[in-house]
Amino acid sequence: MSGHDSKYFSTTKKGEIPELKEELNSQYKDKRKDAVKKVIAAMTVGKDVSSLFTDVVNCMQTENLELKKLVYLYLINYAKSQPDLAILAVNTFVKDSQDPNPLIRALAVRTMGCIRVDKITEYLCDPLQKCLKDDDPYVRKTAAVCVAKLFDINAELVEDRGFLEALKDLISDNNPMVVANAVAALAEIQENSTSPVFEINSTTLTKLLTALNECTEWGQVFILDALSKYKATDPREAENIVERVTPRLQHANCAVVLSAVKMILQQMELITSTDVIRNLCKKMAPPLVTLLSAEPEIQYVALRNINLIVQKRPTILAHEIKVFFCKYNDPIYVKMEKLEIMIKLASDRNIDQVLLEFKEYATEVDVDFVRKAVRAIGRCAIKLERAAERCISVLLELIKIKVNYVVQEAIIVIKDIFRRYPNTYESIIATLCESLDTLDEPEAKASMIWIIGEYAERIDNADELLESFLENFPEEPAQVQLQLLTATVKLFLKKPTERPQLMIQVVLQNATVETDNPDLRDRAFIYWRLLSTDPEAAKDVVLAEKPVITDDSNQLEPSLLDELLANISTLSSVYHKPPEAFVTRLKTSVQKTEDDDYVEGSEISVNPNDGATSPQATSSYVPQQAPAAAAPAPVPDLLGDLMGDSAAIVPVDEPVTPSGRPLPVVLPASSGQGLQISAQLTRQDGQVFYSMLLENNSQSVLDGFMIQFNKNSFGLAAVGPLQVPPLQPGSSARTMLPMVLLQNMSTGPTSSLLQVAVKNNQQPVWYFTDKIVLHALFSEDGRMERGTFLETWRSLPDSNEVQKEFTGITITSVESTLDLLAASNMFFIAKRKNGNQDVLYLSAKVPRDVPFLIELTAMVGQPGLKCAVKTPTPEIAPLFFEAVEILFMP
Amino acid sequence: MPVAASAIYFLNLRGDVLINRTYRDDVGGNMVDAFRTHIMQTKELGNCPVRQIGGCSFVYMRISNVYIVIVVSSNANVACGFKFVVEAVALFKSYFGGAFDEDAIRNNFVLIYELLDEIMDFGYPQNLSPEILKLYITQEGVRSPFSSKPKDKPVPNATLQVTGAVGWRREGLSYKKNEVFLDIVESVNLLMSSKGNVLRCDVTGKVLMKCFLSGMPDLKLGLNDKIGLEKESEMKSRPAKSGKTIELDDVTFHQCVNLTRFNSEKTVSFVPPDGEFELMKYRITEGVNLPFRVLPTIKELGRTRMEVNVKVKSVFGAKMFALGVVVKIPVPKQTAKTNFQVTSGRAKYNPSIDCLVWKIRKFPGQTESTLSAEIELISTMGEKKSWTRPPIQMEFQVPMFTASGLRVRFLKVWEKSGYNTVEWVRYITKAGSYEIRC
Repeated sequence: MSGHDSKYFSTTKKGEIPELKEELNSQYKDKRKDAVKKVIAAMTVGKDVSSLFTDVVNCMQTENLELKKLVYLYLINYAKSQPDLAILAVNTFVKDSQDPNPLIRALAVRTMGCIRVDKITEYLCDPLQKCLKDDDPYVRKTAAVCVAKLFDINAELVEDRGFLEALKDLISDNNPMVVANAVAALAEIQENSTSPVFEINSTTLTKLLTALNECTEWGQVFILDALSKYKATDPREAENIVERVTPRLQHANCAVVLSAVKMILQQMELITSTDVIRNLCKKMAPPLVTLLSAEPEIQYVALRNINLIVQKRPTILAHEIKVFFCKYNDPIYVKMEKLEIMIKLASDRNIDQVLLEFKEYATEVDVDFVRKAVRAIGRCAIKLERAAERCISVLLELIKIKVNYVVQEAIIVIKDIFRRYPNTYESIIATLCESLDTLDEPEAKASMIWIIGEYAERIDNADELLESFLENFPEEPAQVQLQLLTATVKLFLKKPTERPQLMIQVVLQNATVETDNPDLRDRAFIYWRLLSTDPEAAKDVVLAEKPVITDDSNQLEPSLLDELLANISTLSSVYHKPPEAFVTRLKTSVQKTEDDDYVEGSEISVNPNDGATSPQATSSYVPQQAPAAAAPAPVPDLLGDLMGDSAAIVPVDEPVTPSGRPLPVVLPASSGQGLQISAQLTRQDGQVFYSMLLENNSQSVLDGFMIQFNKNSFGLAAVGPLQVPPLQPGSSARTMLPMVLLQNMSTGPTSSLLQVAVKNNQQPVWYFTDKIVLHALFSEDGRMERGTFLETWRSLPDSNEVQKEFTGITITSVESTLDLLAASNMFFIAKRKNGNQDVLYLSAKVPRDVPFLIELTAMVGQPGLKCAVKTPTPEIAPLFFEAVEILFMP
Repeated sequence: MPVAASAIYFLNLRGDVLINRTYRDDVGGNMVDAFRTHIMQTKELGNCPVRQIGGCSFVYMRISNVYIVIVVSSNANVACGFKFVVEAVALFKSYFGGAFDEDAIRNNFVLIYELLDEIMDFGYPQNLSPEILKLYITQEGVRSPFSSKPKDKPVPNATLQVTGAVGWRREGLSYKKNEVFLDIVESVNLLMSSKGNVLRCDVTGKVLMKCFLSGMPDLKLGLNDKIGLEKESEMKSRPAKSGKTIELDDVTFHQCVNLTRFNSEKTVSFVPPDGEFELMKYRITEGVNLPFRVLPTIKELGRTRMEVNVKVKSVFGAKMFALGVVVKIPVPKQTAKTNFQVTSGRAKYNPSIDCLVWKIRKFPGQTESTLSAEIELISTMGEKKSWTRPPIQMEFQVPMFTASGLRVRFLKVWEKSGYNTVEWVRYITKAGSYEIRC
């Protein structure tokens, strides 16, 4: 019985538009109808058929309702782009709105309301006025919605022409569907209007509650949503309303059920009788549970809402935890939400059953789900004191399975359990220590180190364990470094023997001198000063008793919760965010701009893994009362290094012009008394240059330019003199200064810092810092054989691998990326596919012939680039990441 | 605000637009591109059916090989949106006479546009009853129920029926023989632990009706449920008849059922739509009779061998039988060779789903059947994780059996012309998600 419309999609011949034009003007009805169908098909697949506007509109005057509807559909899509031609349609619309057939009258008004062209809107008013009072309810219900459309286009017009009054009259209409649409329109107008338009009083309330019994399922939703804003005057009235609404809970339509639940919850706030409340809770539970047998997407909406409902009224579903057990084939988003609700409903009564479930989930396939299940066990332990021991024993069982991510997740939650129940379960530390080697995620490592430090006095070999972590201190992520620092201090304070003393010296040295991380350095200086001035005070501070944590994660603020509950079944209740947090349109009574395209970038999702629902308990271990003073970081003595050096201060010659993007400004005119310098390291034909642009914005001629580089990590120095001609005021000069490597090496950690001094005869010496861009140093002979690459990669230990993710970088095509990188001497070795991600391997060589292996992972067209490098000197990796940022800068 | 959609897109799996209908001006025309790049082409696709990108939210569902995507920029009613999609698809199916997929959409796009215009106005769902819509939206290929009448002649009071209080039934129907078919279809959902403990068990039932009745009949349905019976005996002030009564956890009704009357009198009374529809749905958790028990034993013998033994027992009446019994027994991915014996039916190893699939066409009540298998595995080198055992899944149908014990006690039909009606009742129990952990 199906149609054969697909043929309309198949005309892809050249000259399609002229052909269609001809067909549209055919004298045969059927041909014209087919042509319009082809136009609609072309419109659907995104072809621009706006040039056929007049021809299509000419087909509008027809007796054939189907053809008329197609022309109207075309009009809705293109009228805005052809406002002048759209006027051609007005006559037909006005005529149609007086047609004896109510279907055509309604169709005309419905379509006119969708055409947002001012001139058409003017002509809409009179037909609309008539249609609001039409004899046929079908026309009236269409006209009611049309008022909301008109309000959206021109609010003033609606008020001036008295449409609001007409709409309010429709609330008393004898047809329930008209009432429902009028309510929907009024509610929407109220929402977008600053003045009171639609206020529900007890008379309208009664009317609407009566209409509720008779109108369609959707009409019930409109009415319930509008009524949920009504505040009953006293508990009696609230009880009455609820009594009228509860039968809706039995409706097969999930939207009706959720809107009824919303309304009942609102009225329950006012009801004082505990019996009534208990009874209502009992009535609401089964319909909510039934929602879980709907389509998975509807289940998801229901679960997000149930999550809110159980926070407000935990008793409703207290006995129903079993229905939230995950089915093996549930989609992941349903499983995650079920898990969240199971944690909320877990109690001493059902915990054994719940733990069995969690344990089962922890052996499933999906890693995210498994992790969440493990965390769930920890959160139950924190929530239910009497069950904590059972939770821990389940966690220990899971650790024994030795699945890496399960172990790591378990350690993270056990740390939280220790903080919740201090001095209770430390006997399990020994078991935890067995898994020490498998930890490779920062959070798990940090948690384990915290445990070792906190309980150093009970772990015989705490010093050994910590020492094993300390070996890689510089390479660890900041989170781990901070924990290592604190744990070592704790160890030292608890066991001030020789070995911890040595350890603490190493750590403090590392954390103060050899790090770029200000947090780490500050914390280290605080400890250092504390330990050196008053060790007893240090003990009081560092070993202070920590406040016991509670499981308040995933609990919403009461006021936010109430707001979300008032929005049950809407997007707001799904996102768990108030509407204003994601609805960008403003309340307005004037015409709005029609430019509402989406903004790239800002993206939020309700992925169960994101921050908003992360079950991490508070874990700030630095005592808050620590003194804030820290020793200032040593400032390098540039002047001494610079001027004391014997290397040439060089005179000037003629400029060279490099190509590419503008050079970054290193010395702005404001700090250079009018002299502005832009510069960057570049590479050309195997030679490193310092490409410079000097601009004289001062009032006088500047001449006698000289340049000097401070000692740096790569020993960069100028080969010859800086060759810049005298600069007239307002003029500029470019130059390429040849550079050599490995000349004046600095000691200390590798950094991209390049300190430069420039002087001339008229001004004082200017000092500025620039960044060494690593890709300028990659040599031309960095290409490797595939075999060598693999061998080198394997021969290097994993600790030499450094990774970073760039969320802001988008790879648009693999080829252009490879070209870009090849231009900077990063040579393509191999490529493979990982899912829909591309993994690229490249090789390069840094000065002193050190190989540099690169692995890039990205999905073409998607933001996000993962970058891993492996090299014998991993300390230069951060420089590489800076280079990546520069290279991929849009 | 009960707006359900600002725009609706139908996309195929490649992301090509099959249908697009914009209802409101607050979303731009390029929104579908955002959906393609930010959701379809990423892992996000199966992760969450409601997503925000920029100022717009996407609410989407996949139905066969089509994505139906709702775009909104206001705080829309999502439940309403999803339900609208579900109902709209049911409506399209009823028009196409069967499948809803990419081909069906392409072949009926004019009709779909016409329907989309009718069933939603400015983002507000309107009447979606196929019965009524077919009165005035007819297409070549779709035969109007009044097929004998000439086409394109408007049904005189169609508009009144769309908006009328009985918006799901048209007037003036007439049948020579007045018949009602009633099907009680129950799905048993079970989650059983490997030790045979029932972790979760419930029955979701449906009462499906097919009505061929003249005029505007009033129907009343009586079941052997507890509340209904109690209310009845209370009203007639005589003790309830003995016999099994069923406690329904929850009931939901088709919009034709008068809910207020159900609430006060506990009777299911309604004016039915013509033809087939789902009258009610219910859920029962207490006193479920499980039709099958499954006893699995799986032994891993070293790294390369496994022994599987599954015994299935039917526990319904000996005179009844189950049809289409399928037991899916999971095996590890690296299965190399399987050897098995079954006492009835046939078994096969299906590597694409990593399962032994054991099919028994007819399974009599009060009997048992066993499968024993030996499985050889490819020994893998660095097997990091032990095999996570998915549950055994089972499919079956047992005619004339209800797991809940629910029975129809009466179905009364009143019509002013006072005709006689023939009523037919069938019962069937199917497997929902019937899972046994092993």
